[in-house]
Amino acid sequence: MAGITGKDAILTRYAARLDELDRAKGQSLTRDAFRRLRRNKAAMVSIVVITLIVLAAIIGPYFMPWTVRQVDYTAFRSPPDWSKFHYLGTDQNGRDLLARLLQGTQMSLLVAAVATVVSVTIGVTYGAVAGYIGGRVDAIMMRFVDVMYALPYILFVIILVVIFGRSPVLLFIGIGALEWLTMARIVRGQTLSLKEKEFVEAARAGGARTRTVVFRHIVRNLTGPVVIYATLTVPEIIITESFLSYLGLGVQEPLTSLGTLISNGAAVAEVMPWLLIPPAVVLVTLLLGLTFIGDGLRDALDPKDR
Amino acid sequence: MNAPHRVALAVANIRKTFPIRLGMFRAPLTLTALDDISFSVDEGETVGIVGESGSGKSTLGRCILHLVQPDSGKIEFYGQELTHLSKEEMRQWRQDIQVIFQDPLASLNPRLAVGDIITDPLRSFFPGMKRNERRARALRMMDEVGLLPEMINRYPHEFSGGQAQRIGIARALITEPKLIICDEPVSALDVSIQAQILNLLARLKEEFKLTLIFISHDLSVVRHVSDRILVLYLGRVVESAPAGDLYASPKHPYTRALLTAVPIADPKKARERTIEGLVGEIPSPINPPSGCHFRTRCPYAIDECARVRPPLDSAGEGREVACIRWKEIDALGMAAATRRPEEVEAALQ
Repeated sequence: MAGITGKDAILTRYAARLDELDRAKGQSLTRDAFRRLRRNKAAMVSIVVITLIVLAAIIGPYFMPWTVRQVDYTAFRSPPDWSKFHYLGTDQNGRDLLARLLQGTQMSLLVAAVATVVSVTIGVTYGAVAGYIGGRVDAIMMRFVDVMYALPYILFVIILVVIFGRSPVLLFIGIGALEWLTMARIVRGQTLSLKEKEFVEAARAGGARTRTVVFRHIVRNLTGPVVIYATLTVPEIIITESFLSYLGLGVQEPLTSLGTLISNGAAVAEVMPWLLIPPAVVLVTLLLGLTFIGDGLRDALDPKDR
Repeated sequence: MNAPHRVALAVANIRKTFPIRLGMFRAPLTLTALDDISFSVDEGETVGIVGESGSGKSTLGRCILHLVQPDSGKIEFYGQELTHLSKEEMRQWRQDIQVIFQDPLASLNPRLAVGDIITDPLRSFFPGMKRNERRARALRMMDEVGLLPEMINRYPHEFSGGQAQRIGIARALITEPKLIICDEPVSALDVSIQAQILNLLARLKEEFKLTLIFISHDLSVVRHVSDRILVLYLGRVVESAPAGDLYASPKHPYTRALLTAVPIADPKKARERTIEGLVGEIPSPINPPSGCHFRTRCPYAIDECARVRPPLDSAGEGREVACIRWKEIDALGMAAATRRPEEVEAALQ
């Protein structure tokens, strides 16, 4: 019935448009989580800052007047000097600090990313399998984790250095392979509670094989804790790397990392503070930012736990 | 049923116990969930299984599906023995035996869209099937159970309990099973929604020629859907009878007690009635009473009840009762069930 005012027609059109807009657009849990994350200011600012740092570390070196290996024989131990394009000064060997800082950040981030991916992959698989199969398998697998926990990891790192030589990437794959222990425990705990849920039983009744149940039904529901823990692992690994480099077990010259830079700068902090402050600021910013993102993600993914 | 009765499912002497570990150095206790249960289900029939919580109803359903492995006994499905199948063979058989769960939301994976949930069994059983074909089947099934096609990409938390249960039903039906085990499919739903889901199940049963096993603690729900009813108490069958007969003249004291416990809508009538027996809780299945498990709560119990396990006696027209005194009690009539225990005592002497 077309009314005199034509209101019906408008309403019908409006309903049709709503239908069109709503169609096939489920409000997935992930989308929900993003919406909540966007409201978290600290997390959003951190994301922006960290994105800038990452971009600078990757693209920055191509725009630098000085490279990491170049020595400026006219400027040893020079404080920031804009006329010579040493924006952050030079070190004892006349190398540009900004160039080294960018390269060091790049190295630290790379190491953190590689090690986190390794630790998440191993940890999730190991924990989910142990938790789901349960019983004796679980007991043996988790005792192994306990034993690994009990051993000091510095010992492992030294062994790994001996095995892998001084290749930084391999070394930090090794660190990731140690970092997975906590992840495995978290994942196992979550799996124990998830596997009692009816949807797991429903999946089995629907003919799913063990592998499908573990990876399609259990691991998918672990996204929350895993993502959160992963974001918190990144800073942990950066610190570990800094610590190892400080001890001289990490990245080797002429390559550098945030830890190496800080360790070099710390030695001369009183006379050449420009060597210490910039890498320290970058490290602290990274760690703080990642921690904020981790917190924000936790709140966004588990709104009930707040 | 016009065809001669074909037995869809025959369960014989199923036992299931769960060990309860108390620690490394103490012997584990055993919890007997199912104690020597036998029954059969004809093709096209709906068998209701009732009992209090802890009576083993759900464990029975899970044993039939082999989601938990029974300790002993035989389960035959259309003549095929299921108990000794390998894992992979059993997996294949699950195409024909599906299940609908009690908590509709908990039985749906929160990370999967509805379309993926419904077609999940297809992915397992027909790995070669194209995505489009699966989606088409999901849409057809959603239409059958009364879900709108645009819901296919939504996630479980966007649905109400009734809708979620419809999704569960669609998932159970998509492999075109012969037998569906409904494990308390409506007990988590509002009464008005319960009726919708029960009617849906009844319609789908006709349409897909299903055989149903309907597990519930709610006698009025079971009565509505079942052809035959099995009453379970502490892992044993205490009575089995055609649905009409069971409600008209329950023979086992436990069934009588259960039926008098069904709430009556009229408060006046409800006040006049006293409930027979059923004082206290169901005893622990870890340490059940000797002889007849029900004797501790039975108003008719005598010394003999503690000594022997009452056999499942035939009580005429497809009925069976596991009570040594059922004939005497039957003679009292149903009126006795609503009398006070002292009066019952007097009538029996």
